[in-house]
This record gives sequence, C-alpha cells and structure tokens, in this order.
Amino acid sequence: MDWNFIIFSLVKLAIIVGVVQGLVAYSVLAERKISAWIQDRVGPNRCAPPFAKYIPVLGPLLTRWGMFQPLADGLKFMFKEDFTPAGVKKIYFFLAPAVAVIPAMLTVAVIPFGSVMGNQKMVLADLNVGILYTFGIVSMGVYGIVLAGYAANSKYPMFGGIRSSAQMISYEISMGMSVIPVLLIVGNLNLSHIIGWQATNGWMVLYSPISFIIFMVASFAETNRTPFDLPEAETELVGGYHTEYGSMKFALFFLAEYSNMVSSSAMMVTLFFGGWTLPFWGLDHPANSIGMGIAHILVFMAKMLFFMVVFIWVRWMFPRFRYDQLMDLGWRRFLPLALVNILITALWLWMRS
Amino acid sequence: MAITVDRKPLTFWEKLYLPAIIGGIKVTTKHAWNTLIKGKVVTMEYPEQKWTVPDHYRGAPYLVKDQEGHTKCVSCQLCEFVCPPKAIRITPPGDTGAKADRTNAEKMPAEFEINMLRCIYCGFCQEVCPEEAIFLQKDYSLVGTSRAEMIYNKEKLLSLGGEVGGIQKWKNKLEEAKAQENFPVKL
Ligand code: SF4
Ligand code: SF4
Repeated sequence: MDWNFIIFSLVKLAIIVGVVQGLVAYSVLAERKISAWIQDRVGPNRCAPPFAKYIPVLGPLLTRWGMFQPLADGLKFMFKEDFTPAGVKKIYFFLAPAVAVIPAMLTVAVIPFGSVMGNQKMVLADLNVGILYTFGIVSMGVYGIVLAGYAANSKYPMFGGIRSSAQMISYEISMGMSVIPVLLIVGNLNLSHIIGWQATNGWMVLYSPISFIIFMVASFAETNRTPFDLPEAETELVGGYHTEYGSMKFALFFLAEYSNMVSSSAMMVTLFFGGWTLPFWGLDHPANSIGMGIAHILVFMAKMLFFMVVFIWVRWMFPRFRYDQLMDLGWRRFLPLALVNILITALWLWMRS
Repeated sequence: MAITVDRKPLTFWEKLYLPAIIGGIKVTTKHAWNTLIKGKVVTMEYPEQKWTVPDHYRGAPYLVKDQEGHTKCVSCQLCEFVCPPKAIRITPPGDTGAKADRTNAEKMPAEFEINMLRCIYCGFCQEVCPEEAIFLQKDYSLVGTSRAEMIYNKEKLLSLGGEVGGIQKWKNKLEEAKAQENFPVKL
C-alpha cells in the first residue's frame, strides 16, 4: 500500500473540508452583510467574544465587520434543543440532513483547486471522469430534500420536496447539456485537462459563452438559490422542505446549500474561467515552487469568491420565479438553447478539422 | 362582475429578462454604493445613537415636585382608580401619617408605587390628576433584573420625576375664565 498517498490524501481531505466549512460559515456572514448593504442597513456588527475588546484597533474592527458572527451562529445551532416533532417518519427524518449534506461535500473532491505543491497535485481525486462524477453526485443532492419533505409528514415541506424534485431534475438536464460543448472542445472529461486546455487556448467562457450562461442559471436552480428558491419559498411554504427541522439538523441543510454554492462556484471557475490559471505573470503552467503553488490556490480562491458574491448578490436582486415560469425557462428555453449550442459547436469543430 | 386585467405580452427583449437583470444590478449597486461609500444607512445603532424623543411622547409616569421641592401629590387616589392595568398602588397616610409638606394640601401619600411592568403608558393618570402631580415623561427604556426592581416606589418616582414649576392648573383656569368673560355672549 502506498502510505505516502494515503497520508497526503488525508491531509488534503482535512484541509479541504476545513476550508469548505469555513467558507460556508463566512459566506453566511457575507450573505448577511451584502444583503444589509443592498438594503441600506449595517448588518451584524456586535457579536464578539469578551476578549475581542482588549485587542487594540483590530478587535473592534473585526467586531464591526461581524467576523465573530459565524462562531456565534454555529454555537447557537449546536446548543439548541434537538427537537423531533411528533408524527415525523423518524428514520427518514434523521437520514435526510445527512443525505443532503454528504453529496454537497463530495463534489468538492474532484475540483483541482491548485496546480502542484512539492510533488503533490492539488486535487483530492484526479478522476478521468471528473465531470460525470460531479453530475452524478449533484443529482443525488435532490434526495436529501425530497426525503426531508416526505419525512416531515406535513404538507408544506411535502410541497417543497415535490417542487425541488421537479426543479432539480429539469435543470440538471440543461446543466448537463450545457457542458457538452466544453467537453467537445476539450475532448476530455478530466477537470485538470480542461484547465490545462484553457491555460494554452484561453478561457472557455470566450469559446462557449452560452454554455456558461446556461450552466450558471442552472446552478442557481440546483443550489435552490433565488430566483429559483421555490423549494424553500418562505412566503408560500412557511419554510419549505426544512420547516419541521431545528437546531443542528436544520444547520446541516444550511450547510448543504452553501456547500453546493461553493462547489458550483468552483465548477464554474474550473470549466469556464481557467481554474487556478491566470494568463499573465507566468501563472498559467503548473507551479515549480511552493510560492507559485500557493499563488495558484489564491487565484482559484479569488475567482471562486467572486462567484460566491455573485450568488449572494443575485439573491437580493430578483424576486422568485413562478413555478410555471421556472418550468418554462428550464424546458422551453434552456434545453433547446443548449441543444442548439451543442450542434453549433459540433459543426464548428467539424468544419475546422 | 369579473374584471379582466389586460396583460401585455412580453416583448422579445423583455423575454430575455435582460432589462430586469440590468435594472436589478443598477438598483442594488446604487444602494450598496450609498451604504458602503457614502455611509447612508437607515439603521440607528441603538445604545450609542439615541432617538430624539418627541415632545408629546408618553414614556414612563413619574411623580413631580413643585418649585420648592415639595411633593405635589395629595394622595387623592384618582390615578390609582383610573389606571386600566392597575399599575399604581397608593398607601394613604391615614390619621396618624405625615401631613403634607406643602401648603394648600391636606395630605400626601405614605407610599406610592407604580409597577412599570404593568403600566401601559396610557396617560390616564396624568390626565386625571387634579394636582398635576404625575406626568408621563420621556423615559422609554426601563431596565431591571427582577420584577421587584421594576416596582418604582415614591422616593424613586419623585427623584426621577424632577420639578415642575408652578401649578399650571390655576393658570389654565384663569385663562379659561378670562376667555369666558371675553366671550361675546349673544342675548
Ligand atoms: S400611564 Fe396608564 S397604565 Fe401607566 S400608571 Fe398611568 S394610568 Fe396606569
Ligand atoms: S398623583 Fe395625582 S391623581 Fe394620583 S393620587 Fe396623587 S394627586 Fe391624586
């Protein structure tokens, strides 16, 4: 057995899980802060551990930015009473949060978040079928939600679950179709190869902008973010599929939603915006020193954070789609558009060869 | 009769959702710019920034003293009687208790308690008081760590209430009388 591989994989795993969790926690903060700015408010700016006020300058500043808020949120979720309502289907009720959160965390595994460091590739699993794996896992995410809606044994969560199953399945098709041109152009399913191709030929978004648009809209729908947050429409469905959930179980759904956001942003960056590469400063080929390795990771993080901000920003920009509009958009607009896109790309590639 | 609202079908441009997207971006960036760069926020950061209480505000009711520092309340118990949630409790001096500490009055309360947890700030006590001895003032954030602490006694009420110079009642009566004298009576 290759002990080296196991140890490095475990280290990378720990770091990735830690970073994703941290990102989730702080994207909740970002969500609250950005929403506050857009709505002329100040957002969380009070929460701080007692020692914060003894740190000169930095302590009050961090408090003002709400940097300690995620810790408080986390603690709150942990120490709340874990209440199980009467009449829920117990097994599914306990299973659903796990089923929602596990796929959300798994998708991150194939994403190359950096080039190399030492002789380690900065990707947890450099699969040859990276994209297929991602789609496979992402489509599992719907089960958590449907199960939650079913297990709650109450009508509003049920509606939420039904809506989400319809929505996710519809948009998954557009999403899958939208990346086919990318695969046609690159000729490989491995995400590292896709990045390599983009490093030499320029970002994919320039070759296939329609794919990018469809992919982005579909990932909004897949992550249940506004304008497609029908499964958890507060105004219509109380709280949607997680109405009956509380404390840490609810937090797991939250975690799933935000991890999905993280992995969708990462996918967008990888597929369309050149992953960890930048076309200048020699950042476009695998690193040969630790410093460059770190720079690549930072580039990737910066690009990803940009898309996270877009995700959050859009939430405060648009109202929710009506259910029929959602279906209309998915099946009658994006699906044909994606098919035409495939056709055109194929023709273009055929003519060039 | 059912009314049919005409809905114009969306134009091609609108169907692309592009105008909506551009509009959304415009509005949100404008607001974010205003809050972040210009610092225009609607939030009032409460304990540091305080609200200017308007003059007609009805805050907590406190007893007031006259200009010589004497208790104005004469223990008539009208306020106790009128108070809708029964927040006021007055202990009259009885036969043996202390006499009023001012002229023009027979007695003053031996104890006067307002339960601030019950008070609904209706202002009836102020309205009913014949001596203008109790006023709803501008305090709105009363804090205590126990229920007992929230029952304010006479001493506390008097010290919080402060002084109100003169008895306005007589002045008002005088003005009323004058107004009546000047009233062009038609015969
Ligand atoms: S304000 Fe109203 S409720 Fe409060 S003490 Fe006076 S009469 Fe009672
Ligand atoms: S406060 Fe006014 S109404 Fe109440 S007992 Fe004293 S004099 Fe009477």
